Amino acid sequence: MSLRDQLSEIKENGLANISQAADLKTLNEIRVHLLGKKGPITAALRGIKELTPEERPQVGSYANKIRDAITTAVAAQRDRLEARQLNAQLAAEKIDVTLPGKPVAQGQPHVIQQIIDQIVDLFLGMGYEVLTGPEVEEDKYNFEMMNLPKNHPARDMQDTFYLSKEILMRTQTSPMQARALEKHDFSKGPLKMISPGIVYRRDTDDPTHSHQFHQVEGLVIDEHITMADLKGTLITMAQNIFGDKFDIRLRPSYFPFTEPSVEVDVTCFNCMGKGCDVCKHTGWIEVLGAGMVHPNVLKMAGVDASIYGGFAFGVGPDRFAMLKYGVDDIRDFYLNDVRFLNQFSKRGN
Amino acid sequence: MKVSYNWLKQYLKLDMPAKDLAEKIERTAVEVDSVTLGETGLKKLVVGHILTMSNHPESDHLHICSVDVGEDTPLQIVCGAPNVAAGQKVIVALPNSRIGGNVKIKRSKMRGVESEGMICALDEIGFSKDVVPKEWADGIYVFDDNVPVGEPVYHYLGMDDPIIDLDVTPNRGDMLSIIGTVHELAAIYDQHPEIKQPVVNEDDSIDAANEISATADEQLAKTYKLRVIKDVKVAPSPSWLQITLWNAGIRPINNVVDVTNYILLKYGQPLHSFDQDKINGNIVVRNAHQGEKLTTLDEDEQELSPEDIVIADDAQPIALAGVMGGLNTQISDQTQNVVIESAIFDSFHIRKTAQRHVLHSEAAQRFERGINPDGVEDAINEAAALIHQLAGGKVAKGIVTASDYHPALPVIAITADRANHVLGTTLTIDEIQSIFDRLGFTSVKQGEGLAVTIPARRWDIHIDADLFEEIARIYGYDNLPATLPTGRQTIGVLTATQRLERASRQILEGIGLTQAISYSLTTAEKARMFLMRASEETKLLWPMTQDHTTLRMNLLSGLLDDVAYNHAHKVDDVALYEIGRVFYKDSADQIRPEEVEHVAGVITGNLTDPSWNNHVKPVDFFVMKGMVHQFIVNLGIKGDIEYVAADHYPEMHPGRTADILIHGHQVGFIGQIHPRIAKQFKVKETYAFELNMQALIDLPKNDDQYQPIAKYPSIKRDISMIVDSNVTNDQVVAVMQKRGGAYLHGIRLFDVYEGKNVPDGKKSMAYSLTYVNPRETLKDEVVNTAFEKIKKRLTADLNAEIR
Repeated sequence: MSLRDQLSEIKENGLANISQAADLKTLNEIRVHLLGKKGPITAALRGIKELTPEERPQVGSYANKIRDAITTAVAAQRDRLEARQLNAQLAAEKIDVTLPGKPVAQGQPHVIQQIIDQIVDLFLGMGYEVLTGPEVEEDKYNFEMMNLPKNHPARDMQDTFYLSKEILMRTQTSPMQARALEKHDFSKGPLKMISPGIVYRRDTDDPTHSHQFHQVEGLVIDEHITMADLKGTLITMAQNIFGDKFDIRLRPSYFPFTEPSVEVDVTCFNCMGKGCDVCKHTGWIEVLGAGMVHPNVLKMAGVDASIYGGFAFGVGPDRFAMLKYGVDDIRDFYLNDVRFLNQFSKRGN
Repeated sequence: MKVSYNWLKQYLKLDMPAKDLAEKIERTAVEVDSVTLGETGLKKLVVGHILTMSNHPESDHLHICSVDVGEDTPLQIVCGAPNVAAGQKVIVALPNSRIGGNVKIKRSKMRGVESEGMICALDEIGFSKDVVPKEWADGIYVFDDNVPVGEPVYHYLGMDDPIIDLDVTPNRGDMLSIIGTVHELAAIYDQHPEIKQPVVNEDDSIDAANEISATADEQLAKTYKLRVIKDVKVAPSPSWLQITLWNAGIRPINNVVDVTNYILLKYGQPLHSFDQDKINGNIVVRNAHQGEKLTTLDEDEQELSPEDIVIADDAQPIALAGVMGGLNTQISDQTQNVVIESAIFDSFHIRKTAQRHVLHSEAAQRFERGINPDGVEDAINEAAALIHQLAGGKVAKGIVTASDYHPALPVIAITADRANHVLGTTLTIDEIQSIFDRLGFTSVKQGEGLAVTIPARRWDIHIDADLFEEIARIYGYDNLPATLPTGRQTIGVLTATQRLERASRQILEGIGLTQAISYSLTTAEKARMFLMRASEETKLLWPMTQDHTTLRMNLLSGLLDDVAYNHAHKVDDVALYEIGRVFYKDSADQIRPEEVEHVAGVITGNLTDPSWNNHVKPVDFFVMKGMVHQFIVNLGIKGDIEYVAADHYPEMHPGRTADILIHGHQVGFIGQIHPRIAKQFKVKETYAFELNMQALIDLPKNDDQYQPIAKYPSIKRDISMIVDSNVTNDQVVAVMQKRGGAYLHGIRLFDVYEGKNVPDGKKSMAYSLTYVNPRETLKDEVVNTAFEKIKKRLTADLNAEIR
């Protein structure tokens, strides 16, 4: 058998063994045996000196090709074996992906806070500042400067928690109108503010009344602010809080500190305007009060009502939350049942 | 105000469904509470004529009636009403009819006698007992003779008249009357109703001035007028008047009283009628005297106070002015001579009197909201004319006037520019003028603008803004454009404090606490728990309930109430925080408390639900401490945070509570709720913290939180020691930090152990120390030297046994 034939046979046998190797260890032994110094190729090449000088490089080159072929075959077989081994491991590692995940402790913002934040963020975007004020308020700011003089029917004692004749728990966030108007320097620009906070009424707690609840006051005063601006602002708010499909309507109403005064209805959540029991078949639900700031309010705060004017509105986040989520008892907001609170975990809306 | 649609139609051309009319009123004028129709839900109720009546053989009170209901044969109906009689025309519920309360009437047998239906009382077909006339209160209703037999009853009882219940705002007292509502609707629908002036046929032979004289304090009654009608015959009113009243929610009494109530509805002018023969001498309008008493028409004796206005005769009060008449001068069936009063009483006094005596009568409601000064005389004239018509008698000549008031009509100047400037509209002066025409306001062009004269019936309008409202609502709020404010720009950003508060909420929620909002008003006892500084209580003057009398001086008691509520509803695991105000007072004389923002949290039970791979441990002090610490670290406050054992909070566990200090300033505390307090609140083992949020906001912050990460490898050394049990972690760490050398970078406690293999009174503590040199690779020898020094100092200073 010529040396070349010998080498060919080594190759054939070697490749066959490689392809049959069942594990990496056997494959490695085959590789070491075939390519090692004691292997058959090395042994066969010892006979090279018996060849003519012309034949030697050809056979040498042929031997190198065989080495390369074997090396390539070993690598390919190794990849196959490794893949097989990995697959077997992966198969063994299979889990029931339907088992529940490990519970994570996560707190939630209070649902009323979520509504307030949503309102605050909207108005920040429209250039409003956010003001907060005292919950224990002077009669002067809560009533008198809001055009509710001492004997005004709209301030019956039974609705207000008094600490003394002149000091009370604020019944509305409207005193922040007077406080903001007093402080604001109109030469520096218009006054655009919202003021969220807690207010108190001398009410018996029941599903629709709470002695403590929230309001967000809004106030814009400049040289040319119109009732159309109020309407546009309220539509923007309604659609931002409730959704694009919601519309508003204004109805005449009465508040001592605005003139004209309006109640604002929003499309009924339950029937989307078709009419149902919730909206007494009107298609609308009352959500807030608003109006053009009464000249007396401006005058009492030292603002020239012949130059400046604007609008104000008062929103009840408790009511918004009740409507938006269908909560039917306002007391749920203040009992802090964690099962109730943790439901409102949807973010980013 | 319950407004009859049919009554409105006497003045206006209205043909839309009542619901649509109500919607229009709501969008243009005032809110509408409801639109109701008396006959709704009723079926097969007809007028029957009782032909004959006989006694039921098996009963001492039932009667067997043969009733003609317009069919071929009369029905046999058993009736137990005491006032049933042959010849009456009555309400018959036919077999298979439906009466009030959705009750079905079927053929039945009553004590063996067949009854083909039922003869009904008014309250059985849906009338409120409050409006049923006394004569029909205890029996069936009997129609006038001219009602056709067999016809449905609804029309003859006013039950086919839609009633629109207006929720009139305080400024629109003018709409508490039919005429006021007619004016409003005339403006809305652009109609011109004719409202006739009443004509009185006076009897020249009797002079009112000779019959009675009256004086009035003008502060109490700006207008006070009387008329006298002699020789009346008091009787029930005709059915049209009774229907009008009961549809307005007023019980018919007799033809004199009913006329005064009818005028109240029509004009919004409350009237009162006195029996002239029961008045002693003359009439005076004055303040009540201290200690005076008056029994009002509701038969309650009222203790009067000097703030009440009374109508008095020479002997005693005879009416609580503007609120309710006195029983002593009431119109009775025997009354022959009547004095009618039409007045304007001071609204403030009336409101206070109505509140004090809890008498919110129809009259009081109207006096509180104001009275049209131009309607006082029309009202009394029409009342006299109508009494004369219904009860006969002679109207004495003239009106006795004790006081009178006709204010000049206000004239308000406006321009289209100004109106458009405020409303955002583009109305022309002519368009605006046509709106005032519709409202019935006289307006005259004056330069660029209008001078508008406000009629007396609209006493709510004083300034141009009031007129802008009139323009806007008649023009229609739906027609207003919707724009956003333009003009000088403003920047909308949160203040530093607001940003910090918002961040605080996010941190605490990320840590696992849910935001609670609890009541600020609590009991005095809870208000003064967990005090972080000396403070007096702030109490309400007139609390509503014992649970909410005092302003809180801590947030924790509210959060414990929340935990208790959860426990009571079988929720054991609670993790809550709250940010809110507490209210401090330095002295009892101080009325207005200082409001300080606090933040507090509570945890009890497990933070997460146990699960197949979640082996939970109940929370403890250190879980709470980890949370609070992370919170404070995240706020980036400058200075060291210290936890100093504190046993001075009576509501906290004395051995498991620490004051929290930042850079030496106390900002709050953390610990376990005292088991005694936990028991009192009915909560399980609970851990809590409360911090002065305002202090956290005010403390200086780290501007630069960044330190470069060391590029050279760190070296770790573990140290384990046995120390006396009372040695604290802080003491150990303090020694390490002081003696640790320049490269000691981190100290981490990884084990604390007491018990087996550790002698009594001792504990084992193990720390892992990290050494870093930011400038070059640390050498082992350097670390070893530093580490040995620490060991030595721990042994020397804390008597530690290094292992």
